[in-house]
Amino acid sequence: MNALFQYISTVFKGVGTLLTGMKITGKYVFTPWNNVTQQYPENRDTLKMFDRFRGEVIMPHNENNEHLCTGCGICELNCPNGSIEIISKMELTEEGKKKRAIDQHIYHLGMCTFCNLCIKACPTGAIVMGQNFEHAVWDRTKLTKVLNQPGSKIAQGVKE
Amino acid sequence: MSETKEIIISSDKIHTDQYLVNMGPQHPSTHGVLRLLVRLEGEIVHHIQPHVGYIHSGIEKMCESLSYPQVIHLTDRMDYLSAHMNNEAVCLCVENALQVEVPDRVKYVRTIMDELTRLASHQLWWCVMGMDLGALTTFFYGLRDREHILDIFEETCGARMTLNYSVPGGVMFDIHPNFQKRVKAFITEFRKKLPEYDQLLTGNVIFQERTNDIGYLSLEDAIAWGVTGPSGRGSGFSCDVRKHNPYSAYPLVQFEEKLDTRGDSFARYRLRIEEMHESLHIIEQLIDNIPEGDYAVKMKGVVKLPEGEFYQRVESARGEFGVYIVSDGKKNPYRVKFRSPGFSNLFALNKMAAGHKIADLVAIMSTLDLVIPDIDR
Repeated sequence: MNALFQYISTVFKGVGTLLTGMKITGKYVFTPWNNVTQQYPENRDTLKMFDRFRGEVIMPHNENNEHLCTGCGICELNCPNGSIEIISKMELTEEGKKKRAIDQHIYHLGMCTFCNLCIKACPTGAIVMGQNFEHAVWDRTKLTKVLNQPGSKIAQGVKE
Repeated sequence: MSETKEIIISSDKIHTDQYLVNMGPQHPSTHGVLRLLVRLEGEIVHHIQPHVGYIHSGIEKMCESLSYPQVIHLTDRMDYLSAHMNNEAVCLCVENALQVEVPDRVKYVRTIMDELTRLASHQLWWCVMGMDLGALTTFFYGLRDREHILDIFEETCGARMTLNYSVPGGVMFDIHPNFQKRVKAFITEFRKKLPEYDQLLTGNVIFQERTNDIGYLSLEDAIAWGVTGPSGRGSGFSCDVRKHNPYSAYPLVQFEEKLDTRGDSFARYRLRIEEMHESLHIIEQLIDNIPEGDYAVKMKGVVKLPEGEFYQRVESARGEFGVYIVSDGKKNPYRVKFRSPGFSNLFALNKMAAGHKIADLVAIMSTLDLVIPDIDR
């Protein structure tokens, strides 16, 4: 008799624990304002990433198509997996001296691990992390980017 | 007809052969590419032989060609759920070798980040544990709460999982102005949510039946197989590196090392839940007292370690994580060895699961909280 009573009480206790769990799920069914789901990609216009979000390496240019890169190659040295290639050239300054300048700042997005070491190492702050995270492309070659815009030159007064 | 009769006659001294089954490498409950060669007799597991190396990525070898600051970003990719502890281990090892004293602010920030990472890892473990036992609800609820921590990481470090936040001599950025506010908001929020975890899963009758007295690991076996972390403490093995070999700001905080001597699946489960409470407690002690000061000491452009061997261990979310660096005085390490907790914990699986049903093997494996890149690295 005692065993039977114990058996029945176990069954009821078991059902009770299931109901306790159902109470929690029920609470969230009827309070949908507790939901945290974001409707991506419908919310693209309002979706704002955090300032420090590491999406991709970019080189900001000002309105005169000028950037801050001197072509020193420190970012290339600091990159752990060879995502950055610097091709520099020699330019003549107004005084007639030879000076190193950036020809192409090649960035392989497909190899980048977004570790932020290049940005931390850059002495002039020429490269920063961009907020864009939608990197999917149809062709792998499109992941290789040239960061300095065509025809751009270094801004006045930037020294190594 | 006569054949049937023969079988019936011989069934009173039934003899079945043992057979081998490959569980994985593409099995959903192995959480990655892990292959378990299971010797079964009917449904009973007799022996388990884990086969690792399916996603071996050669991280230790890659480290030999990288400089010390570059090594750190690779450790994110090993145990991606305790990324910050791994980063910190390498940083502490380099700092000890160079005898650099980091500012107090760095110690506090690193410890808070450690505990936030541990919380995020245990939350993910909890939801996956429920999912392995068929409770899909836990999966969504755990991930919902984890999202708050990942937002905190994203705001301060710039990444959600592969943080790369520690650098030799400090941290990469100063904490974000919103950091303290967000962490405090998270703690109040999560303190309310944590009892729901118990109501949803811990007390559940199906969960209780499937974890109590299943997967017993004795204290002797836990020590012999080097099972650390909550899995080892579930067998009563006091192995918390934060207590026994404190680093960063752990000497300054009050917390308890939770132990359980039962050694079954439920003990390991309960300890992780209790560790979440302890983590919240640790963060609460530190978050208001972050000292002012620099967030990093100025290091040389090229970090070179003196010749010799250096070892540093930290408590990651899965157990004891160790970094062993052999340096020959150059800017690259001569040899790096990572002692990953998942590798040792996995090989004690045979001791726990032998004699149980194959369905229990899934439950036991979840209580070990395996991360496959941590095992294979």
